[in-house]
Amino acid sequence: MLSIAGTVPSEEFPVVCGEITLSGDTVRIDGRSVAVNRGTTALMAASIATAEALGLPAPFGFLAGDIGLGKGSRKLYKYLTDYLPDSSFRTLTFHYLQPIVHWHERLQETLQKMNETPTLIADAGFMYAAKMSGQSSLYDLFTPDLGELAFLADEKAPHPFYTRGFILHDENRVPDLIERAYAHNNAARFLLVKGRQDCLADRHGILEQVDSPVEEALEAMGGTGDTLTGIVSALINSGMAIERATVVAMKTNRLAGQYAQPTPATQIMEVIRYIPQALSAVLEKGI
Amino acid sequence: MSVLKFFNGKRKEAADNKADADRGIMVFESTSEVIQAENSLKREGWEVRVMGPPPEIQTGCDLVIEFPLIEELNILRMLEKEGNPPLEVVPVTNPLLSPVDLFHVKDFGEYLMVRAANMKLTVEKSTGNIVNVSGGGCPDVPYLACKMVGQTLADAPSPREIGHTLCGYALQLAFEEAQRQCSR
Repeated sequence: MLSIAGTVPSEEFPVVCGEITLSGDTVRIDGRSVAVNRGTTALMAASIATAEALGLPAPFGFLAGDIGLGKGSRKLYKYLTDYLPDSSFRTLTFHYLQPIVHWHERLQETLQKMNETPTLIADAGFMYAAKMSGQSSLYDLFTPDLGELAFLADEKAPHPFYTRGFILHDENRVPDLIERAYAHNNAARFLLVKGRQDCLADRHGILEQVDSPVEEALEAMGGTGDTLTGIVSALINSGMAIERATVVAMKTNRLAGQYAQPTPATQIMEVIRYIPQALSAVLEKGI
Repeated sequence: MSVLKFFNGKRKEAADNKADADRGIMVFESTSEVIQAENSLKREGWEVRVMGPPPEIQTGCDLVIEFPLIEELNILRMLEKEGNPPLEVVPVTNPLLSPVDLFHVKDFGEYLMVRAANMKLTVEKSTGNIVNVSGGGCPDVPYLACKMVGQTLADAPSPREIGHTLCGYALQLAFEEAQRQCSR
């Protein structure tokens, strides 16, 4: 089973877990409804849509409320270290959590003690914590955007906010940044780099690139990176090899974006609605 | 797309990454406390800079305030009076990390997108409405997006006021630049 852990923007929201389903524009978990706009709920909604389209069981979710103070994230880190040893998830995706190094390290100790280590995927704040901990290589897939790739490539930066200027966020330098991230052991086994050209890489360099269709407006939209991580998580959990799952996900996310006919003001749920149709086109027609 | 500097030349010069024996750093419990202290100190005219902490005290999502050590007592007194004293004060012994100082502006015709570090903010040019916030990885990003999207640049709450993390701080820089761009 796929499990996804992250936060929602509320101070009151408690730590909850359970099967996640999509109901209209909300994610349902443990009897609660959470609006899908961006962040972890967008990732969850995309993974639910993908799993449904594949005829697979609904993913499992862990959520806590956090508005950036880190309180909810700390509770969730603690909850996960208690919960995961007795679980048997096939794939685990970590997302918007406050990057807290010592909590990340405790959680990694727990993950390494599991009978079968799940496929581990990290994005957003949790990926920052993994890099800061020097434990990136314990992950199977990171899903950075270009700015975050530059952060992974900068061995001294503890957060993208401190990426040094000479490591420019330049699309033309993606191969160099990938090489540098691996040289300093700050990358997972695979990197899915989100950008004008999405690409899959490992320590030997770029393996695959997807650059069409192009919808310029998607760059401005909140949540398009989250949906890509959600789609690829569900595909990997279905048993698809990471190399194929990332290519299918990159194509599906772009196609769903095109189907939505977005403007820079479009909200992410408009794209998520088209994921089943886009996935079908990619899998069945090889688009 | 244009690439600009956040700071003017004078400030950039001051931001050179050199250890300086007459400077100290103040460490706080959270980034939001750093932002609060920075606001207070700048309002009172102190020459302080928000910087990255040295490696030995990094926890993952941190800022520290660099300040002139000679003013330590006055500054601490003011912050204690405001109920926001630092956890620790230490002298600067090694170069500190500087925040990213580049941002990108992309014109979509009706819309303008400003990216600062890993955060993007998009506005409708004719109305000043914030139509999207994207990027980032800290938990206040979805929170800031909820509070800001649908508001105008004039009416939206400032990320400096309601944000708590480095991503929130980066969004503040994008927000300020969007205000500058749209006021032209």
